[in-house]
Amino acid sequence: MILSLIKILIFPGFLFVFVLALAAEYADRKLYARMQTRIGPPWFQPFADFVKLLSKELIIPELADRTIFRILPLVACAAVAAAFLFIPVYNPESLFSFKGNIVAVIYILTIPTLTYFLAGWYSRSLYSLIGSMRVLTQMFSYEVPLLMAVLAPGILASSWTFSEVIAFYGSKGSLFCINVISFVVAVIAVQGKLEKVPFDIPEAETEIVAGTFTEYTGPLYAYFKLAMNIQTVSAAALLAAVFMPFGYNLGFILGIIIFLLKIFLIIVILAVVRTIFARIRMDQMVMFCWKYLTPLALLQILINIIIKAAAAQ
Amino acid sequence: MSKKLVIPIGPQHPALKEPASFDVTLQGEKVENILVKLGYNHRGIEKACESKPYLHDLYLIERVCGICSHSHATCFLQAVEEIAGLNIPMRAKYIRSLIGEMERIHSHLLWLGVAAHEIGFDTLLMYTWRDREIIMDLLALLTGNRVNYAVNVLGGVRKDISEEEKGQILKAMDVLEERTKYYAHVTTEEITIKKRLSKVGYLSPEDAVKMGAVGPTGRASKIKRDIRAEDKYAAYGEVDFKVVSDDNCDVYGRALVRVGELMEAYSIIRQLIKKLPDTPLKVPAPLKIPAGEAISRYEAPRGEDVHYVRANGTDKPERVKLRAPTLANVQAVSTMLKKGYLADVTIVIAAIDPCFSCTDRMIIAVDGKSEMTWKQLREHSINWYKKNRGVDFTKVKLGMKE
Repeated sequence: MILSLIKILIFPGFLFVFVLALAAEYADRKLYARMQTRIGPPWFQPFADFVKLLSKELIIPELADRTIFRILPLVACAAVAAAFLFIPVYNPESLFSFKGNIVAVIYILTIPTLTYFLAGWYSRSLYSLIGSMRVLTQMFSYEVPLLMAVLAPGILASSWTFSEVIAFYGSKGSLFCINVISFVVAVIAVQGKLEKVPFDIPEAETEIVAGTFTEYTGPLYAYFKLAMNIQTVSAAALLAAVFMPFGYNLGFILGIIIFLLKIFLIIVILAVVRTIFARIRMDQMVMFCWKYLTPLALLQILINIIIKAAAAQ
Repeated sequence: MSKKLVIPIGPQHPALKEPASFDVTLQGEKVENILVKLGYNHRGIEKACESKPYLHDLYLIERVCGICSHSHATCFLQAVEEIAGLNIPMRAKYIRSLIGEMERIHSHLLWLGVAAHEIGFDTLLMYTWRDREIIMDLLALLTGNRVNYAVNVLGGVRKDISEEEKGQILKAMDVLEERTKYYAHVTTEEITIKKRLSKVGYLSPEDAVKMGAVGPTGRASKIKRDIRAEDKYAAYGEVDFKVVSDDNCDVYGRALVRVGELMEAYSIIRQLIKKLPDTPLKVPAPLKIPAGEAISRYEAPRGEDVHYVRANGTDKPERVKLRAPTLANVQAVSTMLKKGYLADVTIVIAAIDPCFSCTDRMIIAVDGKSEMTWKQLREHSINWYKKNRGVDFTKVKLGMKE
């Protein structure tokens, strides 16, 4: 009982994910700054920002629904932190393992996006309203290719459970490289999920101020920001477990190091993408997702089914 | 979606560097109508000019704009010098052109960064603004100031360019040319930039003429007009350059025109440095300017700048009127945005390189038939301040006939 509480609250649970999220934000901001020939923040900046926001005055718009307005950031935080508990860190078994937990994680990771939508909707502000519309439109574009891309590796392993997928690819050497198409699709879709350039349309600063978060201030905004960062880590961990299913049986210390390296690699990819592109328009985003990403994800599923059928014969 | 949303962009908005207001009526994400409101920056500069001697006006006019300060000052001086019949020495003309071209480089690099920021491409913003430092430092070296160079005086310029400074200018031009080639490459090759800029904010050549678009905005719509080439002021008659224009008629074309003008500016500066004649820097100028009037035109980085000065024989002008290029361009924005997306609004506004502080002159609201007379206006302002601010201005006497 106490051991599982420690696991949930400290490692690899909430405290670990909190630190990891701030570290991820630091890595992302530092990389982004260095690639833009800026110096970038010191290592404690994300934490300092968090504390500073917590101590700021909280302003709730007069017309907003006060209860929902307050609850939403916490729901977002809780959802992404909970998602992390189901993803394996240093051993193939995640903290809570059950059949089909890959699907469950994808579902839980959709909750924060919905809270962003509701946050904008209940703020009763013009900019938030447009932002929340864009959140939903964007979600309908990237969610389908993301789901298909993440589930594709499981087709070969005949399972949508982390431990079984990892065990299957662990015994097959470098077979996991076959999933490279869906890895690319998933990384691009995750960029949309995390609302970063070129898909930061819902919070496009120069168009709609801060999108859904326009009316959020102080502690509530801090929690939303934290949720965003944990979402980055959770999504990266999900991609790491599904597309890089190696290094999970090497013991505690080596396992953690490999896990952190994998997360870092994905954050580097996301930061590079963020640096080299401009923000595209909503209609272009929808077009791009349905015209290129979805067919690519379908192609991967097709390849995997064919390989599986060939192997069965 | 039958309900229409009206989104206020401004007076305070992250996309706008200065206060101006655009009311965008939306149908879904599509723009249905856009209403431009100016007038948040009225500083009464024209009126202030009438109460100060010409020498002081020069400093005031230089502060009309933070970016094209040299343009306004030169334009004003050209008008005054024409009335006074002053013959400016060649070397002064060359230095005026030289600083003017450097100002154009600094303005266009700034614009490139701002435009990149509007479409969420902050990396290009950081790169261009880093390179802009080169030209800013050079301007500080030549004139002592980064923004308001104050290099003009009535009858010439106040500072010479030494041989050593010439070398530094040429060296900086080489670096900047290299960088600009890279930016030209990025703007033409990078896929998301092209997606965001081309076919956005279309302004047909006919509309450009009808709306009176000037400068790069007009030139990107096939209007090949440039005051430097038409009305060869300062030293522009002595150098070879081509008027850059483009037939894309959209924001992409406006970006290409500006990048092309950067390349032309480097070549103009090289020619000016090479030919810099050896004459005195200024001619003595009178304090009192004889009665007369003059209009002066100048190709500012943003387009044609027009100044009108009427002198009455004293040391103060009787009337100064200036029209900044943004006023000519801003009306075209609503035409450009027809059937556009909300996401395009800010980049289309940014594409005319607006400078609202330069633009704002006095606005007289006309409702129906009646126009406000001076008396009515004064009465209105007294009442307004009494009602809104609790200040009584009735006893304040103006030094003029009512």
